[in-house]
Amino acid sequence: MSSETIALSTVGPDARPIGERLHDWIVTVDHKKLGILYILYALFFLVVAGIEAIIMRIQLIVPHNHFVSPQIFNRMMTMHGTTMIFFMVMPILFGFGTYLIPLMIGARDMAFPRLNAFSFWMTAFGGLLLYFSFIGGNGLYGAGTAPDVGWWAYAPLTARAFSPGHSTDFWTLALLASGVGSIGAGVNFIATILCMRCPGMTLGKMPLLAWLNLVVGGMVIFCISPLTAAQIMLCIDRYLGGHFFDTQAGGSAVLWMHFFWIFGHPEVYILVVPAFAFVSEIVPVFSRKPIFGYPIMVAATIAIGFISFSVWAHHMFTVGMSSYGNSFFVFTTVAIAVPTGIKIFNWLGTMWGGKIQLRVPMLFCIGFLFQFLIAGLTGIMLGTAPFNWQLSGSYFVVAHFHYVIVGGIVFALFGAFYYWYPKMSGRMYNETLGKWHFWLFIIGFHLTFDFMHIPGILGMPRRIYTYEPGRGWEIWNLIVTIGAFFQAAGILVFVVNLLWSLRKGEPAGNDPWDAWTLEWSTSSPPPDYDFAVTPVVRSRRPLWDLKHPEDPDWKYE
Amino acid sequence: MSSAAYTRTTAEPAWILPSRGRVGMFSLIGAECAIFTIFVVAYIFYIGKSVAGPTPRDVLELPIFSTICLLSSSLTIHLAVGALRRASMSAFGLWWFVTMALGTIFLVSTGREWHHLIYDKGLTVSTNLFGTTYYSLVGLHAFHVTVGLLLIALAMIFTLFGKVEPEHSERAEVFSLYWHFVDVVWVIVFTVVYVIGR
Amino acid sequence: MVIELPCHAPEGRKGGADGDSRLPRNIGQREMHRSAQTRALLGRVAGVAVLLAAGLLAASLCLASPSDPTQIPNIFKPQSTPAHSIFHLSMLILAITGAIFAVVFSLLAYSVAKFRKRANDDDREPAQVYGSNQIELAWTVIPILIVLVLFLATARVIRSIQDAPQPPGAIEVTAIGHQFWWEFRYPALGVVTANELHVPVSNPANSTPTFLTLLSADTDHSFWVPRLAGKTDLIPNHPNHTWIDPQEAGLYIGQCAQYCGTQHAKMLLRVYVDSPEQFKQWVEEQKKPAVSTDAVAEGRRIFETTACVNCHAVAGTVANGRFGPDLTHLMSRDTIASGAASNSEENLRAWIQSPDSFKPGSLMPAMQLTDHDLDALTAYLVTLR
Repeated sequence: MSSETIALSTVGPDARPIGERLHDWIVTVDHKKLGILYILYALFFLVVAGIEAIIMRIQLIVPHNHFVSPQIFNRMMTMHGTTMIFFMVMPILFGFGTYLIPLMIGARDMAFPRLNAFSFWMTAFGGLLLYFSFIGGNGLYGAGTAPDVGWWAYAPLTARAFSPGHSTDFWTLALLASGVGSIGAGVNFIATILCMRCPGMTLGKMPLLAWLNLVVGGMVIFCISPLTAAQIMLCIDRYLGGHFFDTQAGGSAVLWMHFFWIFGHPEVYILVVPAFAFVSEIVPVFSRKPIFGYPIMVAATIAIGFISFSVWAHHMFTVGMSSYGNSFFVFTTVAIAVPTGIKIFNWLGTMWGGKIQLRVPMLFCIGFLFQFLIAGLTGIMLGTAPFNWQLSGSYFVVAHFHYVIVGGIVFALFGAFYYWYPKMSGRMYNETLGKWHFWLFIIGFHLTFDFMHIPGILGMPRRIYTYEPGRGWEIWNLIVTIGAFFQAAGILVFVVNLLWSLRKGEPAGNDPWDAWTLEWSTSSPPPDYDFAVTPVVRSRRPLWDLKHPEDPDWKYE
Repeated sequence: MSSAAYTRTTAEPAWILPSRGRVGMFSLIGAECAIFTIFVVAYIFYIGKSVAGPTPRDVLELPIFSTICLLSSSLTIHLAVGALRRASMSAFGLWWFVTMALGTIFLVSTGREWHHLIYDKGLTVSTNLFGTTYYSLVGLHAFHVTVGLLLIALAMIFTLFGKVEPEHSERAEVFSLYWHFVDVVWVIVFTVVYVIGR
Repeated sequence: MVIELPCHAPEGRKGGADGDSRLPRNIGQREMHRSAQTRALLGRVAGVAVLLAAGLLAASLCLASPSDPTQIPNIFKPQSTPAHSIFHLSMLILAITGAIFAVVFSLLAYSVAKFRKRANDDDREPAQVYGSNQIELAWTVIPILIVLVLFLATARVIRSIQDAPQPPGAIEVTAIGHQFWWEFRYPALGVVTANELHVPVSNPANSTPTFLTLLSADTDHSFWVPRLAGKTDLIPNHPNHTWIDPQEAGLYIGQCAQYCGTQHAKMLLRVYVDSPEQFKQWVEEQKKPAVSTDAVAEGRRIFETTACVNCHAVAGTVANGRFGPDLTHLMSRDTIASGAASNSEENLRAWIQSPDSFKPGSLMPAMQLTDHDLDALTAYLVTLR
């Protein structure tokens, strides 16, 4: 005979001296602290890369502007992309995963706590190395500072001949370092989710966040490694005289593209699947219904995970592959729309017939659904090769992927922030400030990224530090830049909210949202050991069972 | 601390999950496979594409002896782990040492091959596409062998100090997975470089 | 109030039975009141309005013609068969994606509006529905069919553009991308020029398309003239091919569309579509070697004895450099520095003195000439018609 127990915990404030507490944070292997470290690190780089974006937008506000030189613009362009992807979105998603996964599966920590710490510090080191390039990039040739080869660093522009100095090397080595950290995080996610679940939590009873992060872990394993390999090859070319991408010696620039995009495409799914996970946890709670179609959601995510490894050359439709090659990648690219669409429909199905509470986390998730839908549709446009031949390399693509990353992922992230902030800090955020954040940001987002599609259609390429007047691009660039300032204002309100609520927010209690997964059974914030007694669960929503003993989920699942 | 609980009347089957070490090591091996795949793809893509310089046929000789050593070391490490599980510490120590020796022979052999290629045949990483891809692929593998050997040596030292116990057999087994992986990669590298590519 | 679903899954059941024990209500729910809900709804409507406005503006852009329509490289105003094929395919795709958007957005808006928690709600949980196999099947099968249609339509257009055979009357051009200018060679016609491509107009009766072979001398570039064709990259050691058959004479603009370094932004393209007679005349002019008079002998001497000849070629003289643009018929072009400035004597002089003033980071060095030498040199160059 066994007893199913979910113990609700409380814990008092930390009364140790400040020095000891700071030291604790530096040497910690606790998943909660490392999660918060990841998140704070990413928030810092969100602001830095945001400033880089604002600099670019000011330069582009009118044609032939002289706000920054082309050299500086190209560095901003490279650093903005590299920072946002590798030192903002990835760390913040690893951070949320690291924080939440053990709590949601009833474990006390990740499978490999020290590997967890190592992964964080490697990522942190990578970011610092990349930004050190601003000071240290001037190599022997006096050329350099920050990398300016674009975040995708196409060969042969990255060869010694075309990029003297060390700027490119900072890019390569910083990402190699953080790549090691990412692979460590992937290994940890997989091992934790497969090996540390509490009794009763079979794979079919895990929260969707756990499932989706398991898929992310698997993807990280196979996706980051090709980039690592390609970067090792680039280092060999630049330092040992190798010829991997040396077109003069018979090497192939297209090979770099293949390797990079074999990494690059699954990478964007690694970025978006955790966002799916947040939405899959938040929408049910604020619709007061379980997620619609749990098994299909899992299957669709696994399908996305696999198919995402077969679509990479849709970033290369213009490089001159044969018509058969192009057609193959069109096929796989439009095919991935099927499981992705299924997920959107299932979220809608969750909301349908529910009692939707328009709290701030839910507002952001509704924004996510609206914008991710549009982003997916512009993705379909880009996935059809002939249309791509016009749209790629233009501002249409920039608009599309920002729609996914900002309109989709960042919105879901803000939703996650507001949803789990009470759990992590013990305080409720300020609802009014949250709504201000939402509206400022969504207005700015649409001003910028809706209208950004138009210059692309009118022939404006991307990655240019200035543009010619008289091509019909001026008004759109102006509107896009104005929107950027609205977004900046929204972010400012967000940061103020986080800080203010830390001191002045109402105490949140264990379960401010009346939610159903295990993390809400712990105190806010949870004790160091997460669970005093390992929970035993019987359904996907253990707290629903607890709150509705006459009507538990396990009778119906 | 408040708690809410309710009991069920049915007996619960034992809750068994996979071992963290094994799952973690397989995941790491997966990542490493992806890295090696990219290098192998680059190697195969560039077969015959060198513009000048020595070709594989000109300079490569089959490293039969070192291959046999490396592949045998998989067997010996397997025997070592079995011995540890059975708590026969001296057998463990012996087989572990033989594994280390065989791995070292492989590395030394590779080093001698490279010395020959560089100084006698004039093939370096910067000579041509063949040189670049050859040294990168074989070198990446040799790097993995080196890391493995360092860990084996560390364990050897612990053994000599009597610190290794039968309850460490799980860890040894997880490590041996890595070592088997290194051997499998060598089979593939050998086939691609010395058989197909020549 | 329990909300009935149109189709009940067998696993679903009604929630909120009497006497269910609940944990204390959380803090936030008491704060919900109607004005917040109405604001949220208005906000959604506002968002839709913004998007519709954007769509209308975009549509009007395609139809209206502001200042100089030929100067707007609008992909929805094709003037050549590849661009036309892409345009028609894109209309189909826009129609399909537009319809999908309309359907899904309506469902989203309806859900948010209809299933919002009301102020007078009785706090009972709604029906807990876990899923529905029939619905899942429907919204799997229908997208698969849509995807198949998209793929088949796309594959056809890919074949028609990429595998189009080259007719006998086609003009052959080799385009070589450089940092940061375009080299155009007409091997069959013996013409070498830079940055401004001349092609004859092509009509169905007399088909004279232009087939381009795309090469690169350094990094990756991309040839993009939106009204004439989709873009194709110029990659070193990887020749590519594209073709255009412009059906109306005029000037079509474009620019490099693959980041190639510091001055990627100013690697501009001008394609002059000439009538057959104009094109023939242009070719004749371009084939002639340079003619210079004694009046500019000093300038010519400066040109041929300083570093200019290391990079530039002038047919009929000793200048045979290939690193920079061919200057034999420099003055037949409308712009210099690959479109960065218009081709006037003043600009030419300023360019030679300090290229960085037009194009900082371009690979032309500042020539460090005295004012007198610069004047003489410029006077010589402007005779290269």
